Amino acid sequence: MMSQITNEGLILACSAIGAGIAMIAGVGPGIGQGIAAGHGAAAVGRNPGAKGNIMSTMLLGQAVAETTGLYGFAVAIILLFANPLLGKL
Amino acid sequence: MGTGMLSRSMFLSQEVDIGITGYFHFEIAGQTLWITTTHVSLLIVVIALSVFALFANRAIKKANPDDVPGPFLNVLELLVELIDNLTKANMGKRGVRFSNYIGTLFAVILVCNISGLFGLRPPTADYGVTLPLALVTFVLIHYNGFKYEKAGHVTKLFQPVLLTPINIIGEVATPLSMSLRLFGNILSGTVMMGLLYGLIPKLIQAFLWPVFGVLHVYFDVFSGAIQAYVFCMLTMVFIAQNFPEDEAQG
Repeated sequence: MMSQITNEGLILACSAIGAGIAMIAGVGPGIGQGIAAGHGAAAVGRNPGAKGNIMSTMLLGQAVAETTGLYGFAVAIILLFANPLLGKL
Repeated sequence: MGTGMLSRSMFLSQEVDIGITGYFHFEIAGQTLWITTTHVSLLIVVIALSVFALFANRAIKKANPDDVPGPFLNVLELLVELIDNLTKANMGKRGVRFSNYIGTLFAVILVCNISGLFGLRPPTADYGVTLPLALVTFVLIHYNGFKYEKAGHVTKLFQPVLLTPINIIGEVATPLSMSLRLFGNILSGTVMMGLLYGLIPKLIQAFLWPVFGVLHVYFDVFSGAIQAYVFCMLTMVFIAQNFPEDEAQG
């Protein structure tokens, strides 16, 4: 059974698993963006006049926090569509 | 095997199409260069923006200062004032002359991002488009750094001597993270829409048009507008960091 698995197939299967694991990186930005949005909502509640400034600051902070998740996404995409490991066979 | 193929063709309406397709290639100095979907989409975006700019230019030239401006002229003035105020609020008095660059950058990135609505593959979902944009920002940051801080721009890196490696990595990481942020956000939207279009059969897609519409609005318009805003915002903030502090708020 195990002998039927080719080297290439093993790399592809493990790359798919690795891509899935890499997307766990999305947990952190999710939590961070949620915290930022919660504090943004609290700030608007305290000072509704500054809604525009709070919104832009919040969006900027969330976009910066999102970068770490996108690094995980980039790794997953590279593993799925531009696999560098297949060339090492 | 036969039934397997049949059931797969029933569920997979078409191949999942999220990658960049090369149309034709040619050789220059031993390098093979491809003309891809990115080039075509970018060309269409540039032509659309140029046509808009030509019409805007004609409308502004014909405008009579004594008349009440028409609807098109009104929208143009609104856009220009929006960009001017944004630049002034973020960069201060010295930054107002950057509003040309910021406005162009914002228009190009925004139209590129929402070009997914018109059936194009967004050009910003290609790392070869976002990295040059971030490198232009990188050059602008350091040009203005040397202009306003002179040699202090280099010695700033060694300020706490122990943190020198971290400072250098931080400077290099700026264009990298800016380009990857734009690229990753737009690519994730493209991948999600491509997977949905590839996995749902055409007949069912026709009945699910409200779902696709909402998803397009979220992934293309909402996400695209936020990323265009964030890219311009970060460009402004990083450039304005180098301005002397006494007049930065002016």
